[in-house]
Amino acid sequence: MTRQSRLWFFLAAATVVAVLLVAAFLALPHFGGGFHPYGDRSVRAALAHRTANAVAAVNFDQRALDTLGEETILFAAVLGAVVLLRQIPGERQEAPRPAQVPAAVRRLGVLLLPVALLVGMYVVAHGQVTPGGGFQGGIVVATALHLLYVAVDYRALERIRPLALYEVGDVAGEAAYIVTGIAAMLAGSAFLANVLPWGTLGTLTSGGTVVVLNAAVGMEVACGVVVLLAMFLDQAVRIEESPGNSAATQGRTGK
Amino acid sequence: MTLLPYLVAGWIFLIGLYGLVTSRNMIHAVGCLSVTQSSTYVLLLAIGYRDGGTAPVYADAPTDARVVDPVVQALTLTDIVVGATVTALLLALIIQLHKRHGTLDPDELSELKG
Repeated sequence: MTRQSRLWFFLAAATVVAVLLVAAFLALPHFGGGFHPYGDRSVRAALAHRTANAVAAVNFDQRALDTLGEETILFAAVLGAVVLLRQIPGERQEAPRPAQVPAAVRRLGVLLLPVALLVGMYVVAHGQVTPGGGFQGGIVVATALHLLYVAVDYRALERIRPLALYEVGDVAGEAAYIVTGIAAMLAGSAFLANVLPWGTLGTLTSGGTVVVLNAAVGMEVACGVVVLLAMFLDQAVRIEESPGNSAATQGRTGK
Repeated sequence: MTLLPYLVAGWIFLIGLYGLVTSRNMIHAVGCLSVTQSSTYVLLLAIGYRDGGTAPVYADAPTDARVVDPVVQALTLTDIVVGATVTALLLALIIQLHKRHGTLDPDELSELKG
C-alpha cells in the first residue's frame, strides 16, 4: 500500500470511528453529573476502612487483586527489557568515560538528590493519607538516584547502583505483595483482604494492609525502574559493537 | 450538559492514530501510541467528574465532602503504569530492530530477513 492510499484509507476509517464515538459520547452519563454508583460505594468502603485516600483504597484494598496483576505486568516488562537489551554476540562492554559537568549542575544535582529521595519515600509512606502511593513514589525514588548520572557521570551512578541488589529488590517487592495476600488467608480471611487494624482516619498508620501493599509496590517500582533504566543506559553508554565485527553486521544490514 | 471533555478524548485518540498511520520513524510511532493511550485517561477522568467535586482524598476534607469518582482515578493509574511498561518494552524492541536492520523507518522493514 502506498503512503497516499494508506492515508486516504485511514481518513475514511477515522471518519466512521469519529461518528461512532460521538454517538457513544451522547449516550454516556453527562459530564459533571451526580450519578456515580461505583464511586459512592467505593468512597463509603474507603471510609469504613479508615483510608483517607479513596484512590489508594480502591487500588490496594477493594481492587487489590487487580493491582497484583498490574504489578506483575511491570515485573514482566522489566524482565522482558532485561532479556531484550542484553549484550548480544558481536558486542562488547566498554568502560564508561568520566564526564565533565558544569560546577553549577553538579552542585544542584548533589543537593537535590537527597531531597528527591526523601520526597519519593514520603510519597510512598503517605499513600493511604494523601495523593500518591507505591507507584508514584517508587518512580520518584528511582529518578532521584539518576540525578547522580546527570550531576556527576555514569561511573558514579554505577557505584550506588549494584544492579544485582536492585534485581533482588524488584523480586522482593513483588513477593511481598503476594505474601501479604497469603498472610490474610492464614489470618482466616480472603486473599489480599484488609485484615490489619484500620487505625484512625488521616494518620500514617491508617488503612491496614494498604500501607504494607504500598510499601511493597514502592519497592518493586523503584527497583524495577532502576533496572529498566540501567538496561537502556547500558545500551547508550557501555555496550559497543566489537570492532572486528562491524563488517559482518554491515553484511546483515545491507539491503 | 457539555460534550467537550468526551470530544477531546476522542480527538486525542484519533490524532494519535493518525500519527501512527503516517509515522516514518518507530520512536515517533511509540510516541503516537502514548498519545493514543492518553485519550483513555481523559475519557476516564471526564466520566468520573462531578460538578464542584474535590479530589477523593479525605486527609483535609470533611468526610461528607463532595468528591469526584475515585474508581476511574484508580483505573487511570493502572492505565498509566501499563502504558509506561508497554512504551519501555517497545523502545527496547526498537533498539534491537535498529541494530539488526539499521533503520527506524517502518516502511523499510517490509522484507523478511533470516
